[in-house]
Amino acid sequence: MASGPFCAGCGGGTVLNVFTHAIDELGIDPKDIVSVTGIGCSAWIPSPYYKADTLHTTHGRPIAFATGVKIMKPNMKVIVIAGDGDIAGIGGNHLIHAARRNIDLTVFLINNSIYAMTGGQVAPTTPYGVRATTTPYGNLEPDFDVARLVVSAGASYVARWTTYQVFNLLKSMKEAITKKGFSFIEIVSQCPVSYGKMIGKHRASDFLKTYKESSIPFSRAEKMSEKELKGKIVIGKFVDRDRPEFTESLRRLNKERIIKPTAEATEDTRG
Amino acid sequence: MKIRALTGNEAMAEAMRQINPDVVAAYPITPATEVVQIFASFVANGLVDTEFIPVESEHSALSACIGAAAAGARVITSTSSQGLALMHEVLFIAAGLRAPIVICEVNRSISSPINIHCDHSDTMGSREAGWVQIYAEDAQEAYDLTIQAIKIAEEIFLPVMVSTDGFIISHCMQRVEVMEDKEVQEIIGVHRSPYSLFDKPITIGPLDLQDYFFEHKRQQIEVMNQSLPVIEKVMSEFNARFNRTYSIFKTYKIEDAEQVVVLCGSTCGTARVAIDKMREKGIKVGLVKLHIIRPFPHKELIELLKSFKLITVLDRSDTMSTMGGPIYVELRSAMYGCSQHPTIVDYIYGLGGRDIDVEQIMEVLLNGEEIIKQKKVATPIGYIGLRE
Repeated sequence: MASGPFCAGCGGGTVLNVFTHAIDELGIDPKDIVSVTGIGCSAWIPSPYYKADTLHTTHGRPIAFATGVKIMKPNMKVIVIAGDGDIAGIGGNHLIHAARRNIDLTVFLINNSIYAMTGGQVAPTTPYGVRATTTPYGNLEPDFDVARLVVSAGASYVARWTTYQVFNLLKSMKEAITKKGFSFIEIVSQCPVSYGKMIGKHRASDFLKTYKESSIPFSRAEKMSEKELKGKIVIGKFVDRDRPEFTESLRRLNKERIIKPTAEATEDTRG
Repeated sequence: MKIRALTGNEAMAEAMRQINPDVVAAYPITPATEVVQIFASFVANGLVDTEFIPVESEHSALSACIGAAAAGARVITSTSSQGLALMHEVLFIAAGLRAPIVICEVNRSISSPINIHCDHSDTMGSREAGWVQIYAEDAQEAYDLTIQAIKIAEEIFLPVMVSTDGFIISHCMQRVEVMEDKEVQEIIGVHRSPYSLFDKPITIGPLDLQDYFFEHKRQQIEVMNQSLPVIEKVMSEFNARFNRTYSIFKTYKIEDAEQVVVLCGSTCGTARVAIDKMREKGIKVGLVKLHIIRPFPHKELIELLKSFKLITVLDRSDTMSTMGGPIYVELRSAMYGCSQHPTIVDYIYGLGGRDIDVEQIMEVLLNGEEIIKQKKVATPIGYIGLRE
């Protein structure tokens, strides 16, 4: 593995490190992995630093490209690693539909709260009130709760961690990679450069300290009010459930030419 | 008038500030991000009356611009490359609905492979979308042409894109003469849309099948047909007021030339230096800088170019048609109607930001002299600065 292209203190390196550990610990042959990515800082995480296939795509569309790869090669691990602007912003539509379809992709969304590569423009994940280069007096839009969005859309596995909880993230990545169905981890990650200059945090350690102090486990957050959760990061596993997987259903339909209700699908029918 | 040091992006943002549009909706993309980012600070500081929306994609940006234009607003956005490509569907909607929107476009190559540097493949790929296309050579032209673009758009009710070369113009600081705000407002005037939402109830953009679609498209073609005199009028008004020399194309030392170079964008400056150096050696060459690519000024170009022995086109993109770059393809098509049939050759250069220098253009011009002497073209389409 070569050294990365990240700015000093970027969380991208942590994600890359944890991801390669997850692959090693699972004993997956890198030949069986395809990483798919879009445009932005996080698009540098999966490529070209290890010996596995990577598909670079257009801004916002890695999940759509990955859907094609997975349908062609259902036995391969198709892993999307991309940023919040890519996946939740311009490509938000692909995210919700892939989750609804529950196609067996693993998606790691690196959320640094801003369009960092272009120099700090407001993103759909920028918290309310935060300054950005396109919102010099503060962002007047609320930010996306991406993990909950993906839960609602129907994914099999959803979690959120920060770059501070590396061991939880490692365990969660392993679960996500092995889970059948759409698996999604939102990784809240520091950008001491483009985002840091907006909120006055210029060191990675300042971010990690905040992550440590403001992270609330999912189970505890469930009992807290919206007011109590203000400024907190809800971490943990949001959902881990079995639902029919798209490529399997598709192969079965192509073979049997009839849609038979499965146990999971019956349970899920709303009339 | 003030003399300022501005980059192309700053110059376009400054023009936008002075135009003071009602609505700007945009999405960040290198190398055009700054245009809107600088403009956002104008909005935040109350220097303009604009409603600014940082939307979630370029598709949404241009869609929001059309919505605002349909409601009678004066609208500007900015983008580049993939952003313009994502707008592609909406470009046709803007033109079909006759929405007088202006895009400050910063030329950057189109993926794949991924590249953020300049070539003209983005805007040249949008030639058939029904937009007027204007190319600037430097920051001054970026500023001046943006102001002219809003005037042109609102006179003919067609959208207009003004292009600058990514990084070469967009990020380089140059001397720019900036007019007084009042003067800019006087020249662009007040925007009045003859049809607008929230006036009398109207329907915009409905289904239009075999019965009238064709007639409506014919009208759109006709507007483009009639747009050149309006563009010339706007340019000459601008020239008279601000002591400039804009025209649909600009010539350089062509009077006694045997060979002329035809191109657009920032490389015109490099080519002019090459031409001066060739003339020092006694070789008679000239240059035609194209400002307007849409509508393609074919009649005027035939008249201008018919008597030269050789026309050397420099294209910063390729049509992938095996027939060369877009300027070459269109110029050759135009010159078919000319009885003299001058020889035309094409050179593709600068894809993905590949640098081009004076010596390379001199070499091309020397090849041209050889073609004139031999009266024979070995390869009509060549490449400058390419390893192969």
